[in-house]
Amino acid sequence: MSLLSRVAERIYWSARYLERAETTSRLARVYGNLLLDLPRQARLGWDGLIEISGGATLYRELYPNPTADTPERFFVADRNNPSSVRASLAFARESIRTTRDIVPSEAWRSVNELYMYVSQELDADTSHRRRYGIHSRVVEGCQQISGLLADTMSHDAGYQFFRVGRSLERTDMTTRILDVAAATLLGREDLARFDNSLWMAVLQSLSAYQMYRQKLRRGISSQDVIRYLLKDEQFPRAVAFSLRELGAALAMLPHNGDALSKLGDLRRMLARPKVLELDLAGLHQWIDDAQLALGELHTLILATWFRPSTSTTAEPPAGRITKAAPVSQTQTQSQVQPPA
Amino acid sequence: MRIDWTQYNSASFHDELFDSPGHARPAAERLINYLTSLGVRELTERQRDADRAIAEMGITFTVYTEGQNIDRAWPFDVIPRTIEASEWMRIERGLIQRLTALNRFIDDLYHDRKIIADGIVPEDLIATSANFLPACVGANPPYGVWANICGSDLVRDSDGTVYVLEDNLRVPSGVSYMLENRAITKQVFPEMFQHASILPVDDYASRLFDMLASLSPRKVDVPRVVVLTPGIYNSAYFEHSYLAQRMGVDLVEGSDLVVGDDECVYVRTIRGLERVDVIYRRVNDTFLDPECFEKDSVLGVPGLMRAWRAQNVALANAPGAGVADDKVVYAYVPKIIEYYLGEKAILPNVPTLLLRDEDSRKRVLADLSNWVVKPANESGGYGMLIGPRATAEEKVAMAAAVEANPRNYIAQPVLALSTAPTLVQDEIEPRHLDLRPFILQGQRIWVTPGGLTRVALRRGSLVVNSSQGGGSKDTWIVALES
Repeated sequence: MSLLSRVAERIYWSARYLERAETTSRLARVYGNLLLDLPRQARLGWDGLIEISGGATLYRELYPNPTADTPERFFVADRNNPSSVRASLAFARESIRTTRDIVPSEAWRSVNELYMYVSQELDADTSHRRRYGIHSRVVEGCQQISGLLADTMSHDAGYQFFRVGRSLERTDMTTRILDVAAATLLGREDLARFDNSLWMAVLQSLSAYQMYRQKLRRGISSQDVIRYLLKDEQFPRAVAFSLRELGAALAMLPHNGDALSKLGDLRRMLARPKVLELDLAGLHQWIDDAQLALGELHTLILATWFRPSTSTTAEPPAGRITKAAPVSQTQTQSQVQPPA
Repeated sequence: MRIDWTQYNSASFHDELFDSPGHARPAAERLINYLTSLGVRELTERQRDADRAIAEMGITFTVYTEGQNIDRAWPFDVIPRTIEASEWMRIERGLIQRLTALNRFIDDLYHDRKIIADGIVPEDLIATSANFLPACVGANPPYGVWANICGSDLVRDSDGTVYVLEDNLRVPSGVSYMLENRAITKQVFPEMFQHASILPVDDYASRLFDMLASLSPRKVDVPRVVVLTPGIYNSAYFEHSYLAQRMGVDLVEGSDLVVGDDECVYVRTIRGLERVDVIYRRVNDTFLDPECFEKDSVLGVPGLMRAWRAQNVALANAPGAGVADDKVVYAYVPKIIEYYLGEKAILPNVPTLLLRDEDSRKRVLADLSNWVVKPANESGGYGMLIGPRATAEEKVAMAAAVEANPRNYIAQPVLALSTAPTLVQDEIEPRHLDLRPFILQGQRIWVTPGGLTRVALRRGSLVVNSSQGGGSKDTWIVALES
């Protein structure tokens, strides 16, 4: 008896939203620190983060009169920003709630507990130090759920959809983070002095710093960091690793021809030798192309497994894949909405 | 602080745990001694543990009118309700007798209508029943059983008599809460279960699965059973997903299913369409198939009724089964039992007046304060009038509604529902309760040991429905050592 298409879709989304919540919390944690480290005139602000989440337009809509606190609120606590930590967890919780008959019940308990904790903490007026704790709890909680599923769920098709969602989201987030770093440095000679701090922060936001040092054993340079995060085959959040993981999961699913061939395109893009010779502007263009390809892969996954040809309505690509439409960031699942 | 049970007084009501102030009934003795040893403070602690467990386990029910906040924690009282096993045996026999007769009745109504021909039940009563579905006439569900899952509400009056208050034969809910209540009680009172004289309830899911599998039209080793839910906005969504999970079957929504040209039902999977044998449907009759009933329903599956009538798929409960839980038909159940089984009803009905009868109507409307008036086809306690507690406006409105459609109303005397000790804001006070056991009938018939005890948490209230401020308790069928 095969997995229901609808259930497969919700598992896929729960993985994407958990990954999104986790990475967003990692970013917020690192950004908080970075803000403290850098001298005032070189402040990066939260603008970059808002760019990462693709939510600049929405941000301006929701906060026409921004203050020092609004960017972080938008990014972490805002229910109206579908990529905020809170909203991502709410989506993940709702997706798991509606697949409770399939996923192990501990996973539901974990995500429910995590969501309740985060919601309560965010509703309270929290100090900076306390917020750091919230982000750590989010990272731990998401890791715990991943671990629970890896160790207590049959590694059947349902689990493969979890892996697919997670590695696709991860590729997306890693390329976005690289892109923001590149965009931040581009045309800001005044920031050149803080180059190192910025690339260190990028590594830290992906929990890559320690592994990077072990592997490279020399000072930090933008070239090295970019190469590592794009091409490393052994670090789980590097693009090359994530794509391999994505391929391994897709390989275990039926009717996977189209999706695998699209993934092949992405891997060839990554394999082009000149990727590493690109300047920051070139890298920015490359990432745009890669994200378009990711968006197409996502659409293929929808069409192959979740809404096979019987469905007549064309769905817009969901997630924040297309940069052209940063506001339509929510999943398009039929009945799942974020609860309060 | 020790619990002083002599202060606990249920006045003239029958109390389930005490036969007089300070004196526990035999089935409750052990429990009361145990609670006394805990004391109020510790008991309150355990109640908090239970509330926390409920929030963390995500045990919820849904209230329609709460906007975004769609799921609410399940209200649970930590003090169990006890029933002695010997009394339970008699209740169980009564429930089996009742459902067996009701299923014979439904099958008769959709075929030869002998009971009408023989003048036991008047014909117009069926003709005007909103739950009688012409689309079901002549259909043959497996074993001639239409209501496979039944939840009957039992109440106890002040003299100790247990009455059947109503039968729920359409999509009765609550069984998941019965199971979770037990799971939580085991967590918070582990000591009580070590000397196991309390009958277990946790094999319900496997009994349910076996019953559903027995309905499969294809005789295959493992038939494909699914649970059909209206979706997360349904008040019982938690239960739908819980039962699917416990049975290890798929929880599906209407859009997951499709009826093929061969009049078989298929489910959409990542490998394409796969055949479905049995649907435990938690969608109401008229939403099942837009071809047949509500044209705009998106909850159902076009063609489902054709597939069912062709016996290519089993639906549990069968569509049309609700004709026998009409509250007007209810009044005839003792006669129905005698007619089909040649036996007297073991469990009595609450005395019921049909307001279609002019004398009864006059008598009730002249004195609404002393009656409970109920619409024939509502569930969940909606649309009901409890005379002694109703306002003048409510009474006027009800009288008008009854005059406009007398067929749709019944009246019953106000029952003095039994009580049990309940923890309310750190005090132990009597609260009124009922009991909903669940009966499964397929190839065989089986009753849950106990059921879901629902308790009206407001002082003096008789309304136990969770949608209207009711709570629940674990129910212990206690075997006494001889």
